[in-house]
Amino acid sequence: MTSPIVPPPKKDPQKRTRTQTLPSGARSRAALGLTAAAAEGRFMLQVCAECGAVQYPPRDACSACLSTDLPWKDIPPAGRLIAETTVRTSTSTYFRERTPWRVGTVRLDAGPSVICHVHGDVARGGAVHIINRLDKSGQGVLFALPAERTQNMEDDPQLRELTANPKFRRVLITDARSENALALAQAFSKAEASIIFLGEAEGWRPYPHRAALAAIPGVELVPLDVTDTRSVAELAGEIGGKTDILVNNARFMRPGGIMDRGDTIFARDEMEVNYLGLMRLAQAFGPAMRGRGADGQNSAAAWVNILSVYAYANLPALGAFSAASAAAWSLSQCLRAEMRPGGVRVMNVYTGPTDDDWHQPLPPPKVAPSVLAKAVVAGLKDGLEDVFVGDVARDLIDRWRAGPKILEREMSETDGGGA
Amino acid sequence: MTAKTSNPAALIGDLALALASGAIEVVDLTHTLDQDFPVIVLPPEFGQCARFRMEEISAYDHRGPAWKWHNFTCCEHTGTHFDAPSHWISGRDVPNGSVDEIPAARFIGPVCVIDCSEGAKANEDFELTPEIIAAWEAEHGRIPQESWVLMRTDWSKRRGAAYLNMREDGAHSPGPTPEAVRLLVHERGIRGFGTETVGTDAGQGAHYTPPYPAHHYLHGAGRYGLQCLNNLDRLPATGAMLIATPLKIKNGTGSPLRVVALVPNRESD
Repeated sequence: MTSPIVPPPKKDPQKRTRTQTLPSGARSRAALGLTAAAAEGRFMLQVCAECGAVQYPPRDACSACLSTDLPWKDIPPAGRLIAETTVRTSTSTYFRERTPWRVGTVRLDAGPSVICHVHGDVARGGAVHIINRLDKSGQGVLFALPAERTQNMEDDPQLRELTANPKFRRVLITDARSENALALAQAFSKAEASIIFLGEAEGWRPYPHRAALAAIPGVELVPLDVTDTRSVAELAGEIGGKTDILVNNARFMRPGGIMDRGDTIFARDEMEVNYLGLMRLAQAFGPAMRGRGADGQNSAAAWVNILSVYAYANLPALGAFSAASAAAWSLSQCLRAEMRPGGVRVMNVYTGPTDDDWHQPLPPPKVAPSVLAKAVVAGLKDGLEDVFVGDVARDLIDRWRAGPKILEREMSETDGGGA
Repeated sequence: MTAKTSNPAALIGDLALALASGAIEVVDLTHTLDQDFPVIVLPPEFGQCARFRMEEISAYDHRGPAWKWHNFTCCEHTGTHFDAPSHWISGRDVPNGSVDEIPAARFIGPVCVIDCSEGAKANEDFELTPEIIAAWEAEHGRIPQESWVLMRTDWSKRRGAAYLNMREDGAHSPGPTPEAVRLLVHERGIRGFGTETVGTDAGQGAHYTPPYPAHHYLHGAGRYGLQCLNNLDRLPATGAMLIATPLKIKNGTGSPLRVVALVPNRESD
């Protein structure tokens, strides 16, 4: 079993906050396929389209037949640890600060043997379950978990380097008024977040679930309006240094595209909240979070954006909202690049229609707040960058990957071609 | 009304001196334009009143080394603001109905203050009625033509959620009845009507016939509104002068503005 982590002590104000160092981030273009798969927590390897050989490490030509047709496929994650060692010193600053560090070789049931990081609970020669995760450099690495769950296994220090587990961390959810705020707060409370700050805009008008929110243990309501630069700056001034996970659930949406709206007012609101809101939050909270990526058990760990999957392909019925979502999506990529030196994960959670007032006339399937909240917490525990919640989002991203132009044409049908 | 003094130059000179000496006090009736100041809230499918927002352009830094300035955005009807006749459908065809067309002389005038603060304290839906106006006139004389009438409720002292006082059946705040507005507009010929609440109408004003009677009658007759006023408790019932000059916005239906009143200084009496 793994020793459970304990609530971290209060910070010693005389100690310098540790600077984030990073493991090597250099990869070949072929090897970035592993990173792309890790972003979604998928264990994928190249499989030769001609001879079927499973490839490891990633390469440009098949190790068996020299074919260059090597598509990435999901691979059964089962294997056995055939060799292992514990690194006690290293020339890499990152690993030197984190030794002892367990590494090993796993023979996959699918064929190849892979080099991977090894969980402390894996027995010598034991059966393992391979996961592919992003390391602090944002690159895909393989990690061997015990095949069967062990006690406190998520508290393994090497595994925690790959994840953004909310346990004992302080979370800021940016929009308490949102219909998903209650479910998010409950999910983080269940995940043992130590404080759950909820940003509350316009305290001068009521909203239905305020009392229920305030009753959740660990919840603190704080003034925050992502459209108001002063409000964002003031809150960051107060809690920016202890925000370990930021969940931006602020959203503004109204139905309609271009010609069924007579003005740019709602479009501006959509940009103010969905795009500039993210920008303001990132400018105010980003620097402090990036500086605290290695700040102990409750280091800054992740930034979560809840985005519409229509960021990928415009749904004309929600055309202007889709455009603002696309802007936010693009900005999230910039944020990810800027956060990476601090080892802070930027996770985008994409959803199709959500079960709330603005999607009330739409038929199911719609993503319930509780489902969205579970996906957010699960994604953090897995250290993901991209999460697609619900059937609509998963179907859309599959079609986008298959052919964005075909998808664009399908989306222009009144029902979004099923999206 | 005609001035009792026949020499305007002397009048202005005396006024300026009285202002300089403090014998006449300038009372600020304006709330600070603040990001958190409540605005009217409509059903969300309607267009909404933009909140006051401010972005720093530079602050003696790399964006502009020796100067600080901001861009700000808001609605014509954000904060302490003026309603022009063109704001309401009843006033859409009124001549000179937008803020840029209103003759500047109409921005300065006498003001009557009807104190409803006791009533509003006891009843958040307190109504200004013709009976209350009659009682006020019995004490202070008939409301002069072309004067501003302000409804004092001390509502400006409320903060946060207590200001809009929004509940599931809408906002609850004091305002005038249709009969009271008709009396003021059609029988007294007032220039405008002002309140401390977010609108010239009561929080439940949508349920009168006609809905929003203050907006309906005032603007239909080419009169003006002032709302979100502050410090009305510092005004005398009569004898003050109101200065309310909206921004000259082309075709503007209203404007945030600085409202002040000239008031005889009681201490210098």
